[in-house]
Amino acid sequence: MRIECPLCGSRDRREFYYQGHATALDRPKPEATPEIWDNYLHNRENLPGITEDLWHHEHGCGAWLVVKRNTISHEILSVWLAKENGL
Amino acid sequence: MRFSGLKILTEGLKGNSGWGPHWRDPEPAQEYDIVIIGGGGHGLSTAYYLAKEHGLKNIAVLEKGHIGGGNIGRNTTIIRADYFLPGNSEFYSHSLKLWEGLEADLNYNVMHSQRGKISLFHSDGQRDAMIRRGNSMRNQGDDAELLSVKQLRKMLPYLDYEQGRFPIYGGLLQRRAGTARHDAVAWGYARGADQRGVDLIQNCEVTGIEISGGVVQGVQTSRGPIRAKKVGIVVAGRTSQLAAMAGMRLPIESHVLQAFVTEGLKPCIDHVVSFGMGHFYISQSDKGGLVFGGDLDMYASYAARGNLPMVEHVAEAGMTLMPMLGKARMLRSWGGIMDMTPDGSPIIDKTHIEGLFLNAGWCYGGFKAVPASGNCFAHLMATGQPHVAAQGFPIDRFRTGYGLIDEEGTGSQHNLH
Repeated sequence: MRIECPLCGSRDRREFYYQGHATALDRPKPEATPEIWDNYLHNRENLPGITEDLWHHEHGCGAWLVVKRNTISHEILSVWLAKENGL
Repeated sequence: MRFSGLKILTEGLKGNSGWGPHWRDPEPAQEYDIVIIGGGGHGLSTAYYLAKEHGLKNIAVLEKGHIGGGNIGRNTTIIRADYFLPGNSEFYSHSLKLWEGLEADLNYNVMHSQRGKISLFHSDGQRDAMIRRGNSMRNQGDDAELLSVKQLRKMLPYLDYEQGRFPIYGGLLQRRAGTARHDAVAWGYARGADQRGVDLIQNCEVTGIEISGGVVQGVQTSRGPIRAKKVGIVVAGRTSQLAAMAGMRLPIESHVLQAFVTEGLKPCIDHVVSFGMGHFYISQSDKGGLVFGGDLDMYASYAARGNLPMVEHVAEAGMTLMPMLGKARMLRSWGGIMDMTPDGSPIIDKTHIEGLFLNAGWCYGGFKAVPASGNCFAHLMATGQPHVAAQGFPIDRFRTGYGLIDEEGTGSQHNLH
């Protein structure tokens, strides 16, 4: 599996750390209810098919990336910098 | 079909021509009291104990593929009760006791082998943690013995004791741990459930869950609608898909775990052995293949196959521990879909929908749990109350933070357990 880093180009999967679903970028406000925090921290759609998740180019440029890929075929569809999600 | 010494003898004389199927292949009825979704190890054992211990008759198990075709048919077959934290500790202790009586209970040879499991440790810190774990296991009533390097050299002469990078300081042995033939576990439970009147319906995919007024009414399937008073979801890596049919979003992320087997070899590894400085565990099957596995590939996946970096990692860990492995040829590898939870421990609970029950989140330790998982889930579905050994597995612990069972202390990230 290779991931196309927008800054470094196509790189081996081993250069990247997988964090989890990109829903991690939608952090609730500190005063949000326990239900909202529970949903954010723990609950996931987790359906087979297209997903967007968060990877860190740990052994490369250090950028946080959103990777859109297919969990059935492992095909990677597109990759962009997490900061483009408005971080 | 029953087995007996006489039957085996007479069949031997008749060229084994008189054996019949081990279970029926019934058409689905229009209605059941209880429908179990998922004909894997946990679903089959649930149906078996519902019929056997709670005297329930009108039960169906719905299986998308064939019995024994999922994770129960492809795993590293390790059985152990060496958990540290309350919640897990009493549950896996219960499971190990059920394993010990399983063959007599099922009248079926599941090739249960209590060959012992040795968890190696490689530093002072790991030794302290293992002593503490061993004490916790003994407090639970299970067995644990600390082994010195001298004892280990006698038992496991093939380990690389001379290497400097990960020196072996000792091991924690649980003699009652071991392995079982995974397929036979599925077949034994399937046959036992069938004998007690459970309908095992294969090639029957659930496509919808019918709910009305907050109460479950039944399921839609590829073989037509089936009404049910109670429905249990026991589908491992596919749990989120089934939960979505009931409008639920669960604390589960599905990941791929790979495992490997070599060509058949003469007996050389007598126990289950795990490496303390990397994720690697190994045993030898009765056919002679060395069966071993490692960690997740670490990214969410439904592909049921992994990537090469983890193959390399597992091979490196194995070679570090047992250089002799380098002479064996790997026969095959496979990947299974694991239902990972944020604390690494399972969920056996009711849902907010009346009559809909959930058994999930086995991460990659589901095989040893098969007897107790079904036993406790059956208890919950039949009586409405959690079994005393599975009281630590409510889903609400994630919302409240109370009762989280994070054995590895890695925090609420699904793939880190």
